[in-house]
Amino acid sequence: MFDGRDPLYLQIADQIREDVLRGTLREEEQVMSTTGYATTFRINPATAAKAFAELVDEGVLYKRRGVGMFVAADAREHLLARRRERFFAEVVDPVVDEAAVLGVAVEDVVARLRDRSAPRRTAEVTESAAAAKTAGSAVTPETAVIAETERSPR
Amino acid sequence: MSATTTDVGWGVQLRAVTQRYGPLRALDDVTLDVRPGTITGLLGRNGSGKTTLAALLAAFRRPTSGAVLVDGEDPWESERVAPGVCFVRESGDVLDDWCLTDNLAVAADARPTFDPAFAAELLDRFALAGDRRPGRLSRGQRSAFGIVLGLASRAPLTILDEVHLGLDAPSRYTFYDALVSDYAAHPRTVVLSSHLIDEVDRLLEDVVLLDAGRVLVADDAEVLRGSGVTVTGPSAAVEAFVAGRRVLATQRLGGTTRATVHGRLGAGDDATARAAGLELGPVPLQDLIVHLTGRPVVTGEENR
Repeated sequence: MFDGRDPLYLQIADQIREDVLRGTLREEEQVMSTTGYATTFRINPATAAKAFAELVDEGVLYKRRGVGMFVAADAREHLLARRRERFFAEVVDPVVDEAAVLGVAVEDVVARLRDRSAPRRTAEVTESAAAAKTAGSAVTPETAVIAETERSPR
Repeated sequence: MSATTTDVGWGVQLRAVTQRYGPLRALDDVTLDVRPGTITGLLGRNGSGKTTLAALLAAFRRPTSGAVLVDGEDPWESERVAPGVCFVRESGDVLDDWCLTDNLAVAADARPTFDPAFAAELLDRFALAGDRRPGRLSRGQRSAFGIVLGLASRAPLTILDEVHLGLDAPSRYTFYDALVSDYAAHPRTVVLSSHLIDEVDRLLEDVVLLDAGRVLVADDAEVLRGSGVTVTGPSAAVEAFVAGRRVLATQRLGGTTRATVHGRLGAGDDATARAAGLELGPVPLQDLIVHLTGRPVVTGEENR
């Protein structure tokens, strides 16, 4: 964990963003304190504090005086929007570059994308509907996955 | 100075400090600051001057020349500064014929910040019996007792010099956990010297790297960590990319080369590397320090 090339506090902030995106950390849920985080991961408390400060600045977390830090109500939507903006530059463009190096035709890449996304999209819709019925609550990709594993034959 | 700085710990300033032992310069014109309230790593090879520097801060000796300031004051024979500086070294400055509990009582008398309850808790965590005498402890147990004294003192300047020696891995992690949680609850300045850089890396906010009595690096640990990058890929592409940069080490295997480069990358470097089919990776602090304080290395099958 935390063995990337970015400064440690950025990697910690990324990890928390990822937890919010995946729903591991829910909106309005309290996050671990700076001290708790530092002790758990054996990192300098100032480094952890820097990560939290960055997330407060961008509105992912907010402070309740004397209580602690919480995930903001619109944090997930906000992160998704930002992630979508970066998706083409950071995910699609490298694929195009790599395809060019390997001599893979763009049409083949597009065909692959269509193949991969068509069945998944229909599956996701049915899973979501099923999960919503069983859980009777808001559907996240995670509950859909859980529903899928539970129902799959052993 | 005084009350406000004591809240977060004491800062340290060294100005043109030289320490000679006969013809040897253990410290050679050293100028550096330790920021109050940080955990600062004091790193370097054996004989690089770490313990000499620590001994000057603790006023165990006076420098041959230059100025040492602890919380803005020369610590030498200072009645105000002395109780606030706790220097723990591996040799263990304890009373060998007194039991651990009595040794702790002496420390409590000498230091207004000492916390006896925390000391008792730490004795427990390291499985040390209070009625034992330091002279009868194993090396690892002596180190552990040094840690108990060092942490329970809660001194605004705490210097821990190689206190891990003789400790097994679980006890070292007990130490790191106690250090982080107590430092978070009671901020102070901690100067931590260790050769186990991989283990302490993430505990450090600042780093002072000494080499042959001189300061090689004194910086935010994050800046130092970010100052190294590995470049891996086809040899020709790697050579083109690293041309004009400071290469610390090169490893070759077949047509693939990995170069360890010192210095920050520029804005366009990531894209350039990707376009050239190169992979950029982090350099662990330990490797970086080995490279910075060792000789340039070339390894692999095409060794010159």
